[in-house]
Amino acid sequence: MTEAQEPSQKRWAHLRKILERPGPFCHPEFEPSPEIMDFIVTSCKILVVGAGGLGCELLKDLALMGFKQIHVIDMDTIDLSNLNRQFLFRQKDIGQSKAKVAAEFINRRIPGCQVTPHFCKIQDYDEGFYRSFHIIVCGLDSIVARRWINGMIMSLLCYEDGVLDNSTIIPLVDGGTEGFKGNARVIVPGNSACVECTLDLYPPQVTYPLCTIANTPRLPEHCIEYVKVVMWPKENPFNAALDGDDTQHVGWIYEKSLERAAQFNITGVTYRLVQGVVKNIIPAVASTNAVIAGVCATEVFKIATSCCLPLNNYMVFNDVDGIYTYTYTAERKDNCVVCSQVPQTLLIPDATKMKLKDLIQTLCEDETYQMKNPGLTTTVGGKNKTLYISTIKSIEERTRDNLNKSLVELGLKDGSEIMVADATTPMTLVFCLKFQSSDVEMN
Amino acid sequence: MIKLFSLKQQKKDGEASPRPGNQKKASAAQLRITKDINELNLPKTCTTEFPDPDDLLSFKLVICPDEGFYKTGRFVFSFKVGPNYPHEPPKVKCETQVYHPNIDQQGNVCLNILREDWKPVLTINSIVYGLQYLFLEPNPEDPLNKEAAEVLTTNRRLFEQNVQKAMRGGYVGSTYFDRCLK
Repeated sequence: MTEAQEPSQKRWAHLRKILERPGPFCHPEFEPSPEIMDFIVTSCKILVVGAGGLGCELLKDLALMGFKQIHVIDMDTIDLSNLNRQFLFRQKDIGQSKAKVAAEFINRRIPGCQVTPHFCKIQDYDEGFYRSFHIIVCGLDSIVARRWINGMIMSLLCYEDGVLDNSTIIPLVDGGTEGFKGNARVIVPGNSACVECTLDLYPPQVTYPLCTIANTPRLPEHCIEYVKVVMWPKENPFNAALDGDDTQHVGWIYEKSLERAAQFNITGVTYRLVQGVVKNIIPAVASTNAVIAGVCATEVFKIATSCCLPLNNYMVFNDVDGIYTYTYTAERKDNCVVCSQVPQTLLIPDATKMKLKDLIQTLCEDETYQMKNPGLTTTVGGKNKTLYISTIKSIEERTRDNLNKSLVELGLKDGSEIMVADATTPMTLVFCLKFQSSDVEMN
Repeated sequence: MIKLFSLKQQKKDGEASPRPGNQKKASAAQLRITKDINELNLPKTCTTEFPDPDDLLSFKLVICPDEGFYKTGRFVFSFKVGPNYPHEPPKVKCETQVYHPNIDQQGNVCLNILREDWKPVLTINSIVYGLQYLFLEPNPEDPLNKEAAEVLTTNRRLFEQNVQKAMRGGYVGSTYFDRCLK
């Protein structure tokens, strides 16, 4: 018996009861076995996105459940106001990376756990990084970041002749909280509704009509918003973009808001409110985070072990008054720009000879597409590139030369994706180029 | 529901097999703006300028109204489309100084669909038409430039003269306007 195994017999005894015995609530295809716990402890690799309120809870939950290969990514540093609920951080940690401090804390506290921190933006890593995980779990406070992660894991899917290769699926467990409300969901890319399918669920940001805040303010928020939107860019007091974490900046907004409020006989402008409006702060409640992270960690466990059917697929939670939960199946959107698209394969007989205009001609003449005025873009080396858009004069003039270039000259490769927009389709289509000549070479 | 981890024994270690050509995919905002731009159906009074044809997320719109108070003027708007498009509207600023009840001296534009009434089903085209409409029917009810709005409601003739003065370049009251005739 190795030293790692011996204590683990006892250490994970409670989990072993679930993983080594059959039961009436198991996944129909669940086969109890001691190997499953080994998988969790030794090879299952989890990415936790965000090391804030949810992230701290998630890391603690997952680590105590036996997951050892955990990575955590967060671009943020620790702020005093985090300490009431982000319990992996102490006063001495203020100003340091959330991911690093959280990882150190967990590694110190939970023997054998190896949390790897990444102090950067999610956008700093490419698909090689994200592909290396079995499951990704998100505790984020931003819609942009959710959409980015969602788009990333959707882009990792591979289709062979229109059939999804299941080994390219990386399940995403996403949690979110706002005050006493929260939600948890499981996204199985290519199989269940994705973030983009249900984008309408997110409430729009609170915005006030510009004319109201400019001329007929009635609320303290109107005054603050006016100072933020109109006065700051005009006076630019610190010659810098407004930074909600800079006390000088917030102080300036506070003073000007007070003046403006006095002018209109509005009361209720406080420093805290100013901070809230400037940073779009929604009060965070520790217990909500704990519940949602608990649900998410359980889902990660269920997916990793296949011991139970995972959440299908969206759970809402509310403990404003008593406790309320409701689970429903969010449906996929037929025309979801991100997940409904099985990239269509476009066979290219000879990429060195085929010119862009030939490709466009194919799209217009081919029976299946019959496009009218397709606009084509692609990404080359991670950058967007407009291949040809005929409808906009200034773009047409500068992309016209591309028409006579071959696909190879345009930087396109076997497997490159091109985006095609045309009036005949409700959304931009993605085509995956398949060069036939390179197949021959490979054989 | 598929059983996900019959594949679980697979080891994942960073450099999992790279697939040919599986390059960074375009974002949802990118896919959507490509569609919006390709289907821009501009009224004949409007043109767009893309400083970088590869960047569909930032461009300028030039409006030259052919009727109304602002006939013969030329007004430039800058559009910045963010990564959260179409969940959030693009940021639109008027780069031409204009004497207008709904546009202030900093270029802020008071158009409902640019803020509180934005919906993801709206497109760049909707905004273009909204902006064009502002020049045909300035709205004194919800003013950003209060003085201009007051003049418009109390003395249309004077408003028209002020607009002309501003477009030719010069002072209206204490505010100086750059010339913006076509």
